[in-house]
Amino acid sequence: MCLGVPGQVIRWLNRDPLFASAEVEFAGVRRACGMACVPEAEVGQYVIVHAGVAISRIDEAAALRTLADLASLDETPIQELEGES
Amino acid sequence: MFEDRIQLAHGEGGSLSRRLIEDVISPRLGNPLLAPLGDAALLPAPASRLTFTTDAFVVTPLFFPGGSIGRLAVFGTVNDLAVAGARPEWLSLSLILEEGLERSVLERVLDDVAEAARIANVLVVTGDTKVVPRGAADRMFLTTAGIGVLIDPPPPGPAAIQPGDVLIVSSSIGRHGVAILAARESLGFEPPLASDCRSLLPLADALRGAKVMIRAMRDATRGGVAAVLHEWAAASGLSLTVDEARLPIRDDVRGACELLGLDPIHIANEGVLVLATPDEQAPAALAALRSCNAGLEAAVIGRAESERGTPVILHSTLGINRVLDLPSGALLPRIC
Amino acid sequence: MKYLDEFRDAGLARRLIDRIRRTATRPWVLMEVCGGQTHGLLRHGLDEALAGVVELIHGPGCPVCVTPAEAIDFACRLSLRPNTVLASFGDMLRVPGGVGSLNDARSQGGSVRIVYSPLDAVELAAADSQRQIVFFAVGFETTLPATALAVLQAEARGLANFSVLQAHVRVLPAMEAIVDAPDNRVQGFLAAGHVCTITGYDDYRDLARRCRVPIAVAGFEPVDLLEGILECVTQLEQGRCDVSNRYERSVRREGNPAAQGHINRVFAIADRPWRGLGTVPRGGFEFRPDFHAFDARRRYPDPAPTLPVLDDGDCRSGDVLSGRIRPHECPSYGVACTPEMPLGAPMVSSEGACAAYYRYSTRRPPLACPLPR
Repeated sequence: MCLGVPGQVIRWLNRDPLFASAEVEFAGVRRACGMACVPEAEVGQYVIVHAGVAISRIDEAAALRTLADLASLDETPIQELEGES
Repeated sequence: MFEDRIQLAHGEGGSLSRRLIEDVISPRLGNPLLAPLGDAALLPAPASRLTFTTDAFVVTPLFFPGGSIGRLAVFGTVNDLAVAGARPEWLSLSLILEEGLERSVLERVLDDVAEAARIANVLVVTGDTKVVPRGAADRMFLTTAGIGVLIDPPPPGPAAIQPGDVLIVSSSIGRHGVAILAARESLGFEPPLASDCRSLLPLADALRGAKVMIRAMRDATRGGVAAVLHEWAAASGLSLTVDEARLPIRDDVRGACELLGLDPIHIANEGVLVLATPDEQAPAALAALRSCNAGLEAAVIGRAESERGTPVILHSTLGINRVLDLPSGALLPRIC
Repeated sequence: MKYLDEFRDAGLARRLIDRIRRTATRPWVLMEVCGGQTHGLLRHGLDEALAGVVELIHGPGCPVCVTPAEAIDFACRLSLRPNTVLASFGDMLRVPGGVGSLNDARSQGGSVRIVYSPLDAVELAAADSQRQIVFFAVGFETTLPATALAVLQAEARGLANFSVLQAHVRVLPAMEAIVDAPDNRVQGFLAAGHVCTITGYDDYRDLARRCRVPIAVAGFEPVDLLEGILECVTQLEQGRCDVSNRYERSVRREGNPAAQGHINRVFAIADRPWRGLGTVPRGGFEFRPDFHAFDARRRYPDPAPTLPVLDDGDCRSGDVLSGRIRPHECPSYGVACTPEMPLGAPMVSSEGACAAYYRYSTRRPPLACPLPR
């Protein structure tokens, strides 16, 4: 379930706590999205949008960390768990 | 005075019908073959065999970014003739109008029909108008039939596809279906996604001019490129493989499809040719397509394999093969 | 697209698959909880790539599939009321209820409008005060903030013609029910990343400890899914059962407090019937009393008797949803039940386990020769 798509905040449309909304860009299209769950998001940052509502602000540092960890995966030993493969 | 809205009487053959034809239709679509307004158009005898096709158009909304029901009704039929190897010559146009339709809407649609016919160099030579009570139709339905004169022998068709043949699309995919869905359901995309609704005649002419050997050619409308490939797999008895990374998809279509949970390969097009050619013909085919505005994004997307079995295989961007399915039912935006 | 393409990288995915294969000394049985994850696994062929090492059981994580048939029937009847528009996600239109689907209701004159967002349903109500707009709210905790915001916005705008037929469900009780079942085979979970984005994952620690199952909070792209699988396999090999967040770019331990605040204003946890699983204690939500005015169940006391929908006939969707059988082990699968003619909800939704299985289940070797450009 729960199609959530990352998009970039282009501009805030409404900063009311309940009616918060911003224009968010997904590849080549933009759409107004509810922002009441990510009031701290800033223009230029990425949010994950589900059913027209942003449900989280993407933590860029965490994303880069994940990718860096994966990039060094091959150098990390598998401890004593090496299977017969 | 002509009323602002269509009434039942406009379809009943009396003076209102006459005025509708004289004031609204003839000024836009008139030509020497239509002018007599008889029961049937008298056509000159062609030099070669004929192709004949018909299509009904019920799209909602009537006007959408990149096109309208009027443009669709002309190009849809013209494209069917073009991919059959013919030069489209004559169209019929039937209008089913809902009582109460604004006259201005009818005029705009007919303007689009006239413009599209000019672009495709076809004549509307016969037609009919009916008006149905309010609620019996959704504003306006159109039907066109078209006659084309065969230029060269038509492509032999999908049964002639050979192992090793390559599959080519003439343009980026998924634009029409996403544009219609976004407009119909008011999905609020900016900028609005535009349909690719257009004539494929220049592409067919360019391929012919370059003497490209074509095994099969189709315009990929409903069901998208996936539907054409499934049909071809069945007709050829071969397995067709598509390389996902090579599918030309514009950014806006990609973004919209991610949001809506749709796959562009399943989405309708109104300006995309799919063709199968022998491997060595592919460069010439691509060059011919790319010489046209409508073919700038042409790309090889896959190949016919020798092996029978799974009809259509998608080689995913991850390097893994999977079955490419046919969409079941209407494409709807999903949240799951 | 940023944050999608990097996590669909073929090289990374291959290395993760290789790593999982080298880490596992025996086959392990994992369940991906969320249907979106099922879709991703099958779409990219990851289940096949891990065959023999990890068996993936498809979880109950498709809210479309677990929405009770009774709720769908009620939605159909609402759409047939005069001056009433039922607004629904596109997902729900083909799902069979006990009587029929929303598509069937439409063909009988029902007024059904597809919306992409619950907030769009509020706009429909604002634009047309002459008609009642009922939003059919389904989904897990991920979708709940959007529904709560729709209700709060409608209240703030004084929209008396807006209400919600609410069938939201919670994912954690379903996971508990699955591991507590006597015939459970699940040894580890990929928890649903977007649910945890809202709820956080503190509540999962009890489950992990009590039932001795590792839980990896995972995203939806191939690299995310494989990272979650690797985490579970590593823990199982080491005899650990911790909760580990492998979707850090979206999920924080405490979840999204702002979203939780909106939810808690409008909804409270309640027992709920799940299609195929029966009533799940604390398995869903109910309106708080302050918002009863927006509850379609209260606004439209339903005169039609609730049909006893005990079973879906020859459909074993309950067993599929709880991981007891795989889709193709159901006698109806692919025979009496296909995406065109579904017997049960999991065959309808494109992320329902049966439909996903049906679509992606055959594979073949890669392209023999390169394509010309």
